[in-house]
Amino acid sequence: MSIRTPSPSIFRPEGGVDKSLIENSKELLGEIDRRKILRGTMSLGALTMLAGCTEITYTGPVQSVLRTVSSFNDRVQQLLFRPNHLAPTYSEAQVVKPPRFNAYYEIDELVPVDGATWKLELAGLIQDKRSWTAQQIYDLPEQEMIIRHICVEGWDYIGQWSGVNFRQFLERVGADLTAKYVAFKCADDYSGSIDMATALHPQTILATKYAKEPITDPFGFPLRLRTATKLGFKNPKWITAIEVTNTYPGGYWEDRGFNWFSGI
Amino acid sequence: MADITVNSTDRHQRKLHPLPLRIMHWLNALAMIIMIGSGWKIYNDEVLFGWLHFPQWITIGGGPEGALQWHFFAMWLLMINGLFYLGYGLATGRFRRKLLPIWPSEIIKDVRDALAFRLAHDDITHYNAVQKLLYVGVITVIIAQVLSGFAVWKPIQLSELVTLFADFQGARLAHFIGMVLIVGFLVVHVALALLVPKTIGAMITGGPRVDEPPAEEPPAEAAPAELAPAVPVPEDAVREAH
Repeated sequence: MSIRTPSPSIFRPEGGVDKSLIENSKELLGEIDRRKILRGTMSLGALTMLAGCTEITYTGPVQSVLRTVSSFNDRVQQLLFRPNHLAPTYSEAQVVKPPRFNAYYEIDELVPVDGATWKLELAGLIQDKRSWTAQQIYDLPEQEMIIRHICVEGWDYIGQWSGVNFRQFLERVGADLTAKYVAFKCADDYSGSIDMATALHPQTILATKYAKEPITDPFGFPLRLRTATKLGFKNPKWITAIEVTNTYPGGYWEDRGFNWFSGI
Repeated sequence: MADITVNSTDRHQRKLHPLPLRIMHWLNALAMIIMIGSGWKIYNDEVLFGWLHFPQWITIGGGPEGALQWHFFAMWLLMINGLFYLGYGLATGRFRRKLLPIWPSEIIKDVRDALAFRLAHDDITHYNAVQKLLYVGVITVIIAQVLSGFAVWKPIQLSELVTLFADFQGARLAHFIGMVLIVGFLVVHVALALLVPKTIGAMITGGPRVDEPPAEEPPAEAAPAELAPAVPVPEDAVREAH
């Protein structure tokens, strides 16, 4: 049994797929094996997943199965998430100074953001999409929290972060709090997204300060996300735009195979 | 009930390792190898001990994202299969029959015999005290490993669980130590199986048929007719039935 037969097949979408999608997926289609229908099914699964994402390198049916399980694990984590359960907090004496640098490049490649010209753009399901200057952000009420930062790699440190509570900010700009995702774009072309439940968690803030001082260049000046319930890479730094959306936005590491929800 | 169990014609025979058990054994072996190999790759990204890095060729997943995908795929296989195994072992009485009791005096005797190369292993249907201890031990370690794994995966949502291990790094260390114990078991287990190859055959074909008291079957009360047949059933027919 082969899925390459031109006859009607349940594995062949009736309406046909976007031609450019097939063009972009030549490698993937080459993986489809005529021997086992199961493998073919999995590859088709990968193809349909491609429609929602860009910049993905698939290595075949195995990767497709693993990504499907990863998406299933997203849903499991959403069920495990306790919206009102607070992360443990720590004393000022335990705060590590400075925090640990981490990005998808080395620290010497860092391009600092100019605070004077920086603007925070808002997009998507938000009523008041006016952009924000750094000073306007600084003028917002501050919430401070001393929480543990845990990286997907396994290291951790205790940090002291302050900034506006993210739920309060989203309410202030009239964001649709029933939307599924909040997506972030960053000055260094990093991107990321979190679920709305995490965005509304009491320990999720838009941080402007570390250890009571403005966040310095390597750690996200002037604005970064800090949420106590997600792995480090889910906390975008040098944020330039926030979008509230119901369309899965993905993210830099997520598009490269890391689990999207990545809650802790 | 007592008069039934003493009547030898009512005993039935089944293979040493029934089919469900063999399937669960090999699924567990597969899941465990994936968990260990991908876990080593994840460990390499942030080592607990500066002197210990696992060579890339021995790890599973290629990069860290692949290793994480494999780890969080095989965890389902390991946990679901493990739950079936625990349920099966408890429900059929296999744990009680095969793994208990474990007497310290027997362990000491068996260790002494083993060191003198006098430990008998002709009868693979009977586990000696050291085997019982190892099997009960590794089952316990795997359960603890799942718990420390949850603590590493969800240190905030399950912050109560993390306190068992002091903190996040404590949970990581416990998860690492669990891995070492499981790998240690694996080395001994495989080495001993290779020394007595018929044990490997038995885990594939099911091994010799062994008597099994029907009183330890779970639906014993539910099917009294089967336990006390009016007409003696030929042994072959019983074998067919099981």
